[in-house]
Amino acid sequence: MNTIVLKEVLSPSIKKYVIDNPDIAAKAEAGQFVILRIHEKGERIPLTIADFNRENGTVTIIFQEVGNTTKRLGKLEVGDKILDFVGPLGVPTTPPEGKNYVCIGGGVGIAPIYPEAKALHKQGKQVKGILGGRSKEVLFYEEEMGKVCDELHIATDDGSVGHKGFVTDILKELITDDSVQIDGVIAVGPLPMMKAVCDITKEFNIPTTVSLNSLMVDGTGMCGGCRVTIGNEVKFACIDGPSFDGLKVDFDEQMRRLRMYREEEQKVTGCQCGGEC
Amino acid sequence: MPNQDPDKRITNFDEVALGYDKEAATLEAKRCLQCKNPLCVQGCPVGIDIPEFIKEIASEDFEGALAKLKEKNSLPAICGRVCPQEDQCEKLCIVGKKNEPVGIGRLERFVADYHKNSVVKKASLGEKKVAVVGSGPAGLACASELLKRGYQVTIFEAFHKPGGVLMYGIPEFRLPKNIVEQEINQLVEMGAEIKTNVVIGQTITVIELLERGYEAVFIGSGAGLPYFLNIPGENLNGVYSANEFLTRANLMKAYLYPKWETPLRVGDNVAVVGAGNVAMDAARTAKRLGAKKVSIVYRRSEKEMPARQEEVLHAREEGIEMNLLTNPVSIEGNDGGWVNGLKCIKMELGEPDDSGRRRPKPIKGSEYMLEVDTVIMAIGQGPNPIIPRSTKELTISKRGNIEVDSKTGQTSIEGVFAGGDVVTGAATVIQAMGAGKKCAESIDKYIKNN
Repeated sequence: MNTIVLKEVLSPSIKKYVIDNPDIAAKAEAGQFVILRIHEKGERIPLTIADFNRENGTVTIIFQEVGNTTKRLGKLEVGDKILDFVGPLGVPTTPPEGKNYVCIGGGVGIAPIYPEAKALHKQGKQVKGILGGRSKEVLFYEEEMGKVCDELHIATDDGSVGHKGFVTDILKELITDDSVQIDGVIAVGPLPMMKAVCDITKEFNIPTTVSLNSLMVDGTGMCGGCRVTIGNEVKFACIDGPSFDGLKVDFDEQMRRLRMYREEEQKVTGCQCGGEC
Repeated sequence: MPNQDPDKRITNFDEVALGYDKEAATLEAKRCLQCKNPLCVQGCPVGIDIPEFIKEIASEDFEGALAKLKEKNSLPAICGRVCPQEDQCEKLCIVGKKNEPVGIGRLERFVADYHKNSVVKKASLGEKKVAVVGSGPAGLACASELLKRGYQVTIFEAFHKPGGVLMYGIPEFRLPKNIVEQEINQLVEMGAEIKTNVVIGQTITVIELLERGYEAVFIGSGAGLPYFLNIPGENLNGVYSANEFLTRANLMKAYLYPKWETPLRVGDNVAVVGAGNVAMDAARTAKRLGAKKVSIVYRRSEKEMPARQEEVLHAREEGIEMNLLTNPVSIEGNDGGWVNGLKCIKMELGEPDDSGRRRPKPIKGSEYMLEVDTVIMAIGQGPNPIIPRSTKELTISKRGNIEVDSKTGQTSIEGVFAGGDVVTGAATVIQAMGAGKKCAESIDKYIKNN
């Protein structure tokens, strides 16, 4: 159990592991996450479930090497075991009602958007996908997303592939295209991207679901470190989310809370980005 | 009982209370009057035969003393340390009417520690399997009792280490983790199977446990949902629940960061809101982690503090300040969103409320600012909601607790029992153990009748 059965390098800093854990595979749904720890002195970190295969009893995770733990995680190879692998945690995403959806994945957020698009596609919904990232090198899953989306758009900051610009440029076009009414948007990616998406969907009053990657320890409601403000209410991302109504999320607060341990982490990794690289 | 010197102990996480040696224990044991109708026993939630185990100590038969203890209590090294004896056995001790009561807890601890490397016999187990959900005090006590009665026991724990609040909540300096590990290892030696990293209600549901061939299920999932005050500023950076602060420090060993990789920001000036044992633990942990000034903020007076007297005394000795009759109004932050103050209002005591304690009332216009960079909320916990939410068949109270038959501990589902904080709300280690043990007896009866 918890053995890495497949490893793929999706981009220089983004890796995909398929991990053997039949109990989690049997229960996982789109939107849920796992918590893992890779050695005795290690930190517990949450990662969204990128895919699962109930028959093979496997769970897929995709992660970007940003902090100490993900960098170490990236060094593991096929056959290695993840010391602790817990889940599925959180509640599955309930997409807004409707027929026509836009699913947006930014950066490593492409990983969790894939099961969402796949689930909608399976239910016979119309799905338009938008993938975005800094450049061609950091994009992945174009083929997989292509299979579950009726149309797939790509945006890169540097224009190395697809539209030169942001995913929100494409989103705006899709919304203002009068031929199809969009019933719901699901967006997963960096907080500034999800915020920008919600700024647009709010304007057009389109229900939007986002997924938050808050800091947490146990993932079972016990620490409360993953507090998020949704409208006027404080929720715990681990047991009430991690998917929330994007039009109600206080993104500025979330961005600030993600910087909680920036100084401590810099001491270890030497990185200056504050968890945003 | 000797303690580590306060000035020294605030620089380490070693145990504060140093324990009796053989001579001191024997001497203390001889103070026991060996009452014919011992009141102390009535104060013990698990009914330890207190005079008997003390008699064995007095005659220096420490083996016999341990055997007597273990008849009723499977975790004596833990209970000897964290039970509120002053409100239980020792409160009723006749010697205590005129002098210091017999140090029952200290003697219990001595006997357990004296035997810490003793080998436990594997229990002879039958065919029937029982699932225990949660490896805190309730689960461990239930498991131990079930093993003694010959059941195969599987304990499911959500964290990567068993022990529940004994591991994540209570700090090393009050309850060394190797003691918890030893007591748990003894259960494993007896034949318990422990599955960590399994969240019942998420990974496997309670109903699925029954379907997988467990004859009965005991739920002891604890009070793992921290309360906040719902005042402005609670989501600022630098505000923790005591659960989070203590879990990072205890279970994840953030005090050894970066060697252990979980970070914790302590700050220079820390306010801990609340005055229970958890609040004292958080305050004393913050001090040890290097905070210059640590204050307790509590809306009632010293008399109403729910913490054990000994804990309050230890906290004071360690330089923890007490801001009593003080209630937080809001948490203030700087432009970067970090805590820089706790706005408080002075309180006075009015008429007694439902709890029998005088109700605190704010004094108009008495607001003032406490300059702090960290605020830790230690105002209590609710029952963890994962099992109630995922088990529709369970009857749950308005407050989210699992409802049980008070005599048997059975829930609204046949074969499923529950006890400890998830039933009663946050209480003590020994009360949870008492409930776990009682449920084990009911489970035994239930299985035999089926």
